[in-house]
Amino acid sequence: MKESFNLRNVEFKNRILVASGTFGYGDEVPDLVDIAKLGGIVTKSLSMKPRDGNPSPRITETSSGMLNSIGLANIGVHKFINEKLPTLKKSNSTIIANIAASSVEEYCSVLELLDGQEGVHGFEINVSCPNVKEGGLSFGTDVKLVSLITKELRKRTQKPLIIKLTPNVTHISDFARACETEGADAVSVINTVIGMSVNINTRKPKIATTTGGLSGPAIKPIALAKVYETCNAIKIPVIGIGGITSWEDAVEFFIVGASMVQIGTANFINPATGISVVEGVKQYCEKNGFDDVEQIIKSLQTDKTISIVDSWL
Amino acid sequence: MKQEIVQIHSLEYLTNEILELTFISDYLSSVAKPGQFINIRVGDNFPLLRRPFSIFNVEGNKISIVFNVIGTGTKVLARKRKGDTLDVLGPCGNSFLLFIDDSFDTAFFVGGGIGVAPFPFLTKHFPSHKKIVTYLGGRHKKLIVTKGLKNIKISTDDGSDGFQGTVLDLIKKDFQENDYGKIRFFICGPTRMMKAVANYANTINADCYASLECDMACGIGLCQGCNIEVIGGERKYKLVCKEGTIFETKTVWL
Ligand SMILES: Cc1cc2nc3c(=O)[nH]c(=O)nc-3n(C[C@H](O)[C@H](O)[C@H](O)COP(=O)(O)OP(=O)(O)OC[C@H]3O[C@@H](n4cnc5c(N)ncnc54)[C@H](O)[C@@H]3O)c2cc1C
Ligand SMILES: Cc1cc2nc3c(=O)[nH]c(=O)nc-3n(C[C@H](O)[C@H](O)[C@H](O)COP(=O)(O)O)c2cc1C
Ligand code: FES
Repeated sequence: MKESFNLRNVEFKNRILVASGTFGYGDEVPDLVDIAKLGGIVTKSLSMKPRDGNPSPRITETSSGMLNSIGLANIGVHKFINEKLPTLKKSNSTIIANIAASSVEEYCSVLELLDGQEGVHGFEINVSCPNVKEGGLSFGTDVKLVSLITKELRKRTQKPLIIKLTPNVTHISDFARACETEGADAVSVINTVIGMSVNINTRKPKIATTTGGLSGPAIKPIALAKVYETCNAIKIPVIGIGGITSWEDAVEFFIVGASMVQIGTANFINPATGISVVEGVKQYCEKNGFDDVEQIIKSLQTDKTISIVDSWL
Repeated sequence: MKQEIVQIHSLEYLTNEILELTFISDYLSSVAKPGQFINIRVGDNFPLLRRPFSIFNVEGNKISIVFNVIGTGTKVLARKRKGDTLDVLGPCGNSFLLFIDDSFDTAFFVGGGIGVAPFPFLTKHFPSHKKIVTYLGGRHKKLIVTKGLKNIKISTDDGSDGFQGTVLDLIKKDFQENDYGKIRFFICGPTRMMKAVANYANTINADCYASLECDMACGIGLCQGCNIEVIGGERKYKLVCKEGTIFETKTVWL
């Protein structure tokens, strides 16, 4: 049974990765998870300088999900290279560095610093960051900026370049097309969904930033629909993210069209979720007579007589 | 640190409102230290996130926690029965033992409400040549747990048990009436109470170490969700779950 996947000459052992911001820098859980068994690790978003992040409270549980406003707290790219990468290199896993920045120039500089590092196998670009020049509006909600970022980064690396899209837009497929046009190797779909929660006794928001990013099982149907929309718009691979807690969830994303998946919030509950998903997907394929996971990808059986345009809710 | 499926040995009421849940774990009982917590997945899918609980006691291969039913997670936990299994992850966080040295004579343990939880286990492992005074504060009698504690002084808001008033008033009174030598505070409870006690400790020149509580998504340093602002230092925040939960109160903004 073939589990591996190739993206721009980088071989991923399998198609199950752990999502940015939910697994630290891969070095927090050596006792709990054999990270070499995962398809890969996406690091916490890295910026040029270390970032403190937002005030507390930063998280709260919601119905089947959680809200966070971590504010991209991270150790900065230099410390990552000096203190984290040497251990990660020895771990025999595929490392995708996730980059966050507040200007196009910062994205480029961080990527350039990491591109020369042999332990970094590819890049995922978090465009859900406030653009300082434009008064803090997220890069990820402006097609022109997403195009520009992709174009500039493509010039600077031959390693896999993945753009991570936000669902907080009207048509995510417009953004996916822009990434494809500018030479991205894949897109990740989705980052967190904007959400809010209020304590009715104090009448205060439950997280300090008032609104935050919703993740976990609550967003899985949203994520599936966004992956579906994206897969129908572009030819480059789509990496499905959102609410995956089991192998069944992962298979659902594959059927809809995702070439790989990432596991986020579920790591907080069970850090070894990824390993059990790898096992489960393998068994599902074997049981159903597939000799390559590729065979289930985009295998959705739809009733062709009902088009999206006609299906009013 | 390990993730384990353990079996519940017993679930008993210590008071009308507080339950003690005991489970069996060879691993945890051999490595856990006073002040550490375990992160419990109370239900399969609901609630979603684990809930952290201080280690209340370790006896042989049995570990226990105490809780009162306040929300979704503790409601589910209260319905468990002997023989049921539980998914636990731990031990997490640092230990009070790191903050015991020769520079004090008497330890003041201060537990507000369910914040009493770490003290019985700490009492067991405290150097025997040091004096311990345990101050417990609660809204009323049913929230006071005394099991496994030494030299207990109680305060309740309604006077249903012990001194009527706040735990801090009780400490102040006791401090004036007795000579305890050099004191060090070890405290756990609601933030408001910890803030007040920490301020008082400062005024009497005593060190104060608090086990902090906050909402946690992972409990093991993965999510960055449990930040506490530190006073001075290079970084603005520390992680309660990993760099705490116990901090010297002078070093953090409570
Ligand atoms: C390190 C650590 C150790 C802990 N040890 C213990 C322990 O030994 N025993 C114990 O009972 N709990 C302990 N807690 C708190 C515990 O993890 C749960 O938060 C608590 O039991 C409530 O969970 P729940 O799911 O029932 O409530 P939820 O449904 O999460 O909350 C219900 C309501 O109660 C409020 N609430 C939640 N937690 C608290 C709290 N701690 N104080 C006041 N209000 C709260 C919420 O804001 C909400 O409004 C500890 C927490 C930490 C971080
Ligand atoms: C606490 C937390 C921190 C996150 N940090 C980042 C981050 O630094 N960069 C990023 O691109 N995405 C970040 N994410 C988004 C996740 O990678 C993922 O896209 C999202 O949570 C949806 O997947 P899930 O439902 O499986 O968690 C974070 C999510 C959470 C819950
Ligand atoms: S609770 Fe996740 S880092 Fe502390």
